[in-house]
Amino acid sequence: MINWFYLHLRAIRHALHRLVSQPVGTLLSALVVGIALSLPGGGYLLLDNLGSLARGVSGTPEISLFLDMNAGAAEVAAIEQRLKGESELASYRFVPRDEGLRQLEAAGLGDVLGGLKANPLPDAFVLAPRREDPALFERMAERMRSWPKVAHVQLDSAWVERLHALLGLGRSAVLMLAGLLGFALVVVTFNTIRLQILTQRQEIAVSRLLGATDPFIRRPFYWFGGLQGALGGLVALGTMALGIEALAAPVARLAETYGAVFALSGPEPEASLAIVAFAAFLGWLGAAISVRRHLAGT
Amino acid sequence: MIVFEDVAKRYAGGYTALAGVSFEIRHGELVVLSGHSGAGKSTLFKLIPVIERPTAGRVLINGQDVSHLPRTAIPYLRRNLGLVLQESRLLFDRNVYDNVMLPLVITGHPAADAAKRVAAALERVGLDGRGKEMPAGLSGGEQQRVAIARAIVNRPSILIADEPTAHLDPAYAADIAALFRSFNQAGVTVLVSTHDASLFAASRPRRLVLAKGQLVEDSRPGGRPAQEEVAA
Ligand SMILES: Nc1ncnc2c1ncn2[C@@H]1O[C@H](COP(=O)(O)OP(=O)(O)O)[C@@H](O)[C@H]1O
Ligand SMILES: [Mg+2]
Repeated sequence: MINWFYLHLRAIRHALHRLVSQPVGTLLSALVVGIALSLPGGGYLLLDNLGSLARGVSGTPEISLFLDMNAGAAEVAAIEQRLKGESELASYRFVPRDEGLRQLEAAGLGDVLGGLKANPLPDAFVLAPRREDPALFERMAERMRSWPKVAHVQLDSAWVERLHALLGLGRSAVLMLAGLLGFALVVVTFNTIRLQILTQRQEIAVSRLLGATDPFIRRPFYWFGGLQGALGGLVALGTMALGIEALAAPVARLAETYGAVFALSGPEPEASLAIVAFAAFLGWLGAAISVRRHLAGT
Repeated sequence: MIVFEDVAKRYAGGYTALAGVSFEIRHGELVVLSGHSGAGKSTLFKLIPVIERPTAGRVLINGQDVSHLPRTAIPYLRRNLGLVLQESRLLFDRNVYDNVMLPLVITGHPAADAAKRVAAALERVGLDGRGKEMPAGLSGGEQQRVAIARAIVNRPSILIADEPTAHLDPAYAADIAALFRSFNQAGVTVLVSTHDASLFAASRPRRLVLAKGQLVEDSRPGGRPAQEEVAA
């Protein structure tokens, strides 16, 4: 156990030594990996920020339930009873036809309405669903349309749907980008390790002759790949931070012109950790494949 | 103990480098293997640490048949052997001390004791205090001594050296020969090859002679054959 620990420590030292002994190569690789990863990372941040921006500007999306003009108090009560049974509802509010009228008048539409003899508005319920999920909205609306005395169900969610579609598209794009550039990272590490194995043929051959096991020979390469990936992950985080720094002021000004208060936010600590860990994993993977491929015959 | 039982080695190209080779080296012996160039000396040496495997027969090291040793077990066999082969070059990117340290690093030997062992091994081959020097700055004979120090640093009970005196000036060569004799006197089983058997004559070793892949002589210092000659 102690020996195992010692051997890993040695492998880490070995890998660090290789990283430090070629500072230019190490820096270049870290930059390539980092900039490549900052693209999907930045995309993810952008989507994250857009999502929260949309929530902040619009308030909670709603569903409006308009009743038949001739719905009586008992029927209103029956509908309320059904609403109480809806588990996906966060809250609902009854808007009697008189209040609806007052709201319209308050909104400056009194002149138009004043010409009418009777109040043209029906009673209504305004519902706030628990989750902001367009599919859920659609399902609820569909169900409520079939309720008695419900004349019309209006989704306040056309824009939500569009935004979600856009965000979903963005997420797919970011995922694809991450997959592609992650693959590139694996390839880059694969090649770095291949070159290292070539230049260290002699050391590897002599070590084997002196009784080195396969894990002993392979470990430093694994660590090298992992450390190089992690370094690239850190560069990616740095690049993203710089990007946010540069965009923060213009975005705040833009938000102001829409009367919104909004600040770009960087990745959460968990997300940062995940990016570095992911990069380290990809580096390790590239190294592992390369080692399997290039050390087999030695 | 090193035992060859009717060993043959035929290389992939179809060339038969060894055929019907049998001998038994007992603990503490000093054995000099000679033969013309291409006789199969290096091939015979490579069968012991399983750099190559025999195509027929068996090779036993300390009672263990190594001809079919699984790949993962080979490193542990090699750790118990001191090897000075043509393949055991020095690493020129590190100094003498680190070259000799390498086997101890590989086995994960405790650092403090490892340092002592390296110093002792360097002293043993007459290179004490030269650890900081780089191999490229050493003479051929000194480089060979570093390789020998590296081979003995793990204190193996068997030492195998393939033409350790090749390419050396006669004076250096005699020094190296004397070194192997002294290891043998300290109880180590020593198997060396040379094409100049006279270098080791003073040690009165057991002599094995290969010709065209066959063992043609096996004689002890007294002149009495240790074993019947293998029929051609
Ligand atoms: N890897 C190999 N592949 C094919 N033939 C080989 C190989 N190694 C050695 N040989 C051949 O085997 C014969 C014996 O070689 P070797 O054992 O090196 O002899 P020695 O060390 O006595 O000079 C030579 O003819 C050589 O060409
Ligand atoms: Mg030879």
